[in-house]
Amino acid sequence: MSILINKDTRLVVQGITGRDGGFHAAKMAEYGTNVVAGTSPGKGGQHALGIPVFNSVADAVTKEGANTSVIFVPAPFVKDAIMEAADSGVSLIICITEGVPTLDVVEAKRYADLKGVSLIGPNCPGLISPGKSLVGIMPGNIFKEGRTGVISRSGTLTYEVVYNLTLSGIGQSTAIGVGGDPVVGLYYLELLKMFENDPETDSIVLIGEIGGDAEEQAAQYIKDHITKPVAAFIAGVTAPAGKRMGHAGAIISSGTGTAKEKTDAFAKAGVPVASEPAQIPDLLRAQ
Amino acid sequence: MKIHEYQAKDFFTQYSIPVAEGIVCRDVDSCLETYKNLFSEVVVIKAQVHTGGRGKAGGVKIAKSPQEVRQHAEAILGMDIKGFKVDRVMVAQGVNIASEYYLSFVIDRNSRSVVLIMSREGGMDIEEVAATAPEKIIKIAIDPLIGIPEFLARKAAFMLFDSFDVVKQAVPLIQNLYKLFTETDASLAEINPLVVTKEGKLIAIDGKMNFDDNALYRQPEVEALFEPDEEEKREQDAKSKGFSYVHLKGKIGCMVNGAGLAMATMDMIKLYGGEPANFLDIGGSSNPNKVIEAMKLLTSDPEVNVVLINIFGGITRCDDVARGLIEAFKYLKTDIPVVIRLTGTNEAEGRELLKGTSFHSAQTMSMAISKSVELSKSRIK
Repeated sequence: MSILINKDTRLVVQGITGRDGGFHAAKMAEYGTNVVAGTSPGKGGQHALGIPVFNSVADAVTKEGANTSVIFVPAPFVKDAIMEAADSGVSLIICITEGVPTLDVVEAKRYADLKGVSLIGPNCPGLISPGKSLVGIMPGNIFKEGRTGVISRSGTLTYEVVYNLTLSGIGQSTAIGVGGDPVVGLYYLELLKMFENDPETDSIVLIGEIGGDAEEQAAQYIKDHITKPVAAFIAGVTAPAGKRMGHAGAIISSGTGTAKEKTDAFAKAGVPVASEPAQIPDLLRAQ
Repeated sequence: MKIHEYQAKDFFTQYSIPVAEGIVCRDVDSCLETYKNLFSEVVVIKAQVHTGGRGKAGGVKIAKSPQEVRQHAEAILGMDIKGFKVDRVMVAQGVNIASEYYLSFVIDRNSRSVVLIMSREGGMDIEEVAATAPEKIIKIAIDPLIGIPEFLARKAAFMLFDSFDVVKQAVPLIQNLYKLFTETDASLAEINPLVVTKEGKLIAIDGKMNFDDNALYRQPEVEALFEPDEEEKREQDAKSKGFSYVHLKGKIGCMVNGAGLAMATMDMIKLYGGEPANFLDIGGSSNPNKVIEAMKLLTSDPEVNVVLINIFGGITRCDDVARGLIEAFKYLKTDIPVVIRLTGTNEAEGRELLKGTSFHSAQTMSMAISKSVELSKSRIK
């Protein structure tokens, strides 16, 4: 198993004829993901990288049996792209694009909820179930098949942590980047629950950062509902208040959302917090 | 992005939200002129700066005569409030306040929606109320597909006000403020205090708006109000080159790909006993031009005595990154030591290329950071 994506994932790439969409469609196919279709309105009937291109996501679902969509379209068109995917019959949407207006995400996420479709992102690196499927922009070669689930708000920091896990012989069941914006789709609580229920996941790594209080909520949720070992890392201990640290959501506002509040919450919940990424494998093994 | 109170009130007026009449003035004479024209014996003189706590800093004063207007305007203009210099004040009509309330719309991460926040504890710092008396705060999440129909605005208004006469004024105010919020891509639209006057009128006494940076491309009217301070100018300049940059006060300049890894790099520098000079995310690719621009940015800070380049080569291969760095440093003249850590695809090849160069190459993040801290300390002595 694994969560969200696996060998049965049939992926449609929205924006496959764009530079990023095309580049990553090829990388995902190379990794072994079933990239069954792409969309680009007006270019239906063409092929990109040998993959059939359709005018709409609905066509990709009907004609190629797509069940998952990944979005690479530019930020101003993301709201419509998410809503189109939510309406098409896919069950999971992953939005990679960064810089999407927050109110667009609020609206599109609400529409996806209404349609019963899960959303990951935007402004995220996507996810991978090593050896099975890669959806997004993560570098497949640093991952290793295994039994640890990874949830993160970041991209390259996730790679850093995963790299350390892989070097220590700890493989991953699924690794997910939830996105660095204040409002995104699936988050810690939903994903922790999925990993708890996944028979092929034995432990979980949670990589958080400053901004908001999602880590505090996750700590409480872990204490109440998660039986599998969890190790955490929080980025932004040295971040000054009131400044956005790259990610739109990584900001300490009105004195809340600090790294200290988050590490304290984990400590209170009995979740060990690594002071540097290289410690995570040991923290998992010690449990 | 932040704007001033008077600018927020201009938006309020555009959206038919009643405000205490006022005019922005940049010198004492125009304050006196405004005082004459407002036909109000009592006026409030308020510093216009991009920060809260103006009242506590002495930036808000009541004046009841031309002499007092002059006295307060002279004191407030030029004042420094939390590092912001006051170059304009708002001279606003005095209001007979009967009761004060809090009302705002804000993006809420948890409900992934806009929430209406209200409280009868008006005029107070709302975070303080939330911390000490959370039961005094009313929160209503707004369904973005429906917005605020009249019944919902009425329901909210009845929670806040006892008089039906005031409720009737509050209904359009709530609807219009939400309309303003969504139409301008705000991240905060706050009225604190919202007051009921002794004459029974509902008026916004103070207004604050922040906006979503991601949406500025479609909000030219908002973007035109952007007034960056010195730090923000530097950040803006970096942004135009595809970087995300925040200046700090330490000695070790960092160049990292990815925001999370950049934060973790700063944190580890501190953990290892050093001081990071900045946050810098150079984004996905690391082509030579980007590295050159990033080095210029880092070395423009006179405090920086070591540069640490921490690149996780994912899709971009480390040997390509190494070639890019070598190429970039052909054009850079600096005596600041540079520590490079490359990890990921083809990292061994990447490090091989860096051998025999003047770079200090390190295999892991820990090694790179302890080397940077050591070099930084030795250069202070």
